[in-house]
Amino acid sequence: MTADIQESVQTGQTDKRKPPPRGKMTYVAIAVVTIGLLGLAQDVVTNPNFGWRVVAQYVFSGYILKGLTLTIALTVLVMLLGTLGGLVIAMMRISNSVFLKIVANCYINLFRGIPLLIQVLFWFNIAALFPNIRIGIPFGPTFSELDTNMLVTPFIAAVIALTLNEIAYMAEIIRGGLLGVDSGQYEAAEALGMPPRMTLNVILPQAIRIIIPPTANQLITTFKNTALVSVIGLADLLHSAQIVYAINYQTIPLLITASLWYLLLSSLLNWLQSVLEKRYSKGFQPRTNRRKPSTDKTPEETLV
Amino acid sequence: MTMTTKGGSVPTPKVDLQGVIKRFGDLQVLNGIDLQISSGEVCCLIGPSGSGKSTLLRMVNGLLLTDEGRVYVDGTLMGFREEGNDLIGITSPQLARQRRNIGMVFQRFNLFPHLTALDNVTIGPIKLLQMNRKKAENKAQELLAQVGLSARASYYPNELSGGQQQRIAIARALAMDPSVMLFDEPTSALDPELVGEVLSVIKSLAADGMTMLVVTHEISFAREVADTVVFMDQGKIVEKGPPEQILTRPQSGRTQDFLARATEAR
Ligand SMILES: Nc1ncnc2c1ncn2[C@@H]1O[C@H](COP(=O)(O)OP(=O)(O)O)[C@@H](O)[C@H]1O
Ligand SMILES: [Mg+2]
Repeated sequence: MTADIQESVQTGQTDKRKPPPRGKMTYVAIAVVTIGLLGLAQDVVTNPNFGWRVVAQYVFSGYILKGLTLTIALTVLVMLLGTLGGLVIAMMRISNSVFLKIVANCYINLFRGIPLLIQVLFWFNIAALFPNIRIGIPFGPTFSELDTNMLVTPFIAAVIALTLNEIAYMAEIIRGGLLGVDSGQYEAAEALGMPPRMTLNVILPQAIRIIIPPTANQLITTFKNTALVSVIGLADLLHSAQIVYAINYQTIPLLITASLWYLLLSSLLNWLQSVLEKRYSKGFQPRTNRRKPSTDKTPEETLV
Repeated sequence: MTMTTKGGSVPTPKVDLQGVIKRFGDLQVLNGIDLQISSGEVCCLIGPSGSGKSTLLRMVNGLLLTDEGRVYVDGTLMGFREEGNDLIGITSPQLARQRRNIGMVFQRFNLFPHLTALDNVTIGPIKLLQMNRKKAENKAQELLAQVGLSARASYYPNELSGGQQQRIAIARALAMDPSVMLFDEPTSALDPELVGEVLSVIKSLAADGMTMLVVTHEISFAREVADTVVFMDQGKIVEKGPPEQILTRPQSGRTQDFLARATEAR
């Protein structure tokens, strides 16, 4: 029956459909934007200060690539640790212990409320606060003492600062995902007799669908935020470019070089996000390659 | 399956509620409920919206715990351990274990949307009863056939009609081999033309001797399948008895009003 309707629609479609005419202002806007873009393009190509030759010379240079590797490593590490920690804080926030809830809330407020640049500087200078790190039991015996400056290298300081911040943001994203799942799903899992941990196994795949888009955004933000670690002398992508232009004074071309890499990888992550979103929408959108996602009944399905 | 003779001598009821009281903050939702359901009995619970029917159902399988009174299913006290005169709450995993032989079907189906119909039915036996996949899938196929949906095993819930989803939800509950089935307005979210297919599955369960507590607004269905009809209002049981008595010759004015409105709405 549905096939008949589709057929008649298709055969009836002999007349050509055209969009309605555009208004005058649309044409004016298109003209203005086109002229602007052409002017910009001309400048980008002809203005020697862009230094495209220098960009080409450095974009695949060992120095820049090494910085890029560090930036990527930092992003991956921070994202992984941040997600795990975020899950813990999120569970604390939805737990039924008031104490755990308050602790989690305070954590999130603290790390989201202070500029990340300050957090990076703070952890880099942590030795000024705690010259030695004591390993032991609070108010109890000490097992060993370590020199903070030896332990907290710029890399470690960067990982700590970015991760603690990441945890706060990921906790909110994960919590939003868990709360976004219909409460009937929790009830159904519990009514089947699932213990809490297994209920979470049923809820998480559904929450992931809600969690992915903001997490992908967060990943891109984190990737760009790693540039902040250049202030503590860690040779990430930005700082590597800075070191080069400190020597050859080609400031703009090297900033462009770094930006090209940031842009390329951000775009890649954007693409990855859309792929993942499709994959996890399984069961939430009808599959298109299905024969009959309808209510029509085969004889066997009709109940007496 | 065996038919239990109605009204036969049944020593311990399947479901036994004794003076159950439930509060949500200051609001007392159940005001002392006493109700016994024997093996093979079909008990239909009717009453106006907000009278506490869903709350009562959730107390039977421990989704909600009593503030006072006791709930026994198959002789097991739900949610607590008795120590002398004290009741001590049991842990969530222990409570989860208690729920496994009580099936529940919801108004809004609540199928797991990321799993196919078959996986919705097998997840309980595989994860909770440690049944091997092959055996669980064979059993699930049998249950899907029983609810008339063999051909839909590989479909996701959103590819199915409401009536089909509810039948899958019934199969999911049956897969745990429950000794009691609870239904919370199983047809209220359905288009009128899909109500019949779900009710006929429930009727066939009744014919097989399943012990059931069904919250419903389908008066004619209650008349047909119920052994006992319970009318609830404002957190209390107003009357209970065989359907011919409660539905045809109700004693209480409140029951009469409710039935008049329910049949008027048809
Ligand atoms: N989780 C809850 N928290 C607070 N109040 C609730 C909750 N669940 C139900 N109630 C209240 O309890 C009363 C009975 O609800 P319910 O059992 O759902 O009634 P019914 O199923 O008969 O319509 C209603 O007044 C409802 O608002
Ligand atoms: Mg209800």
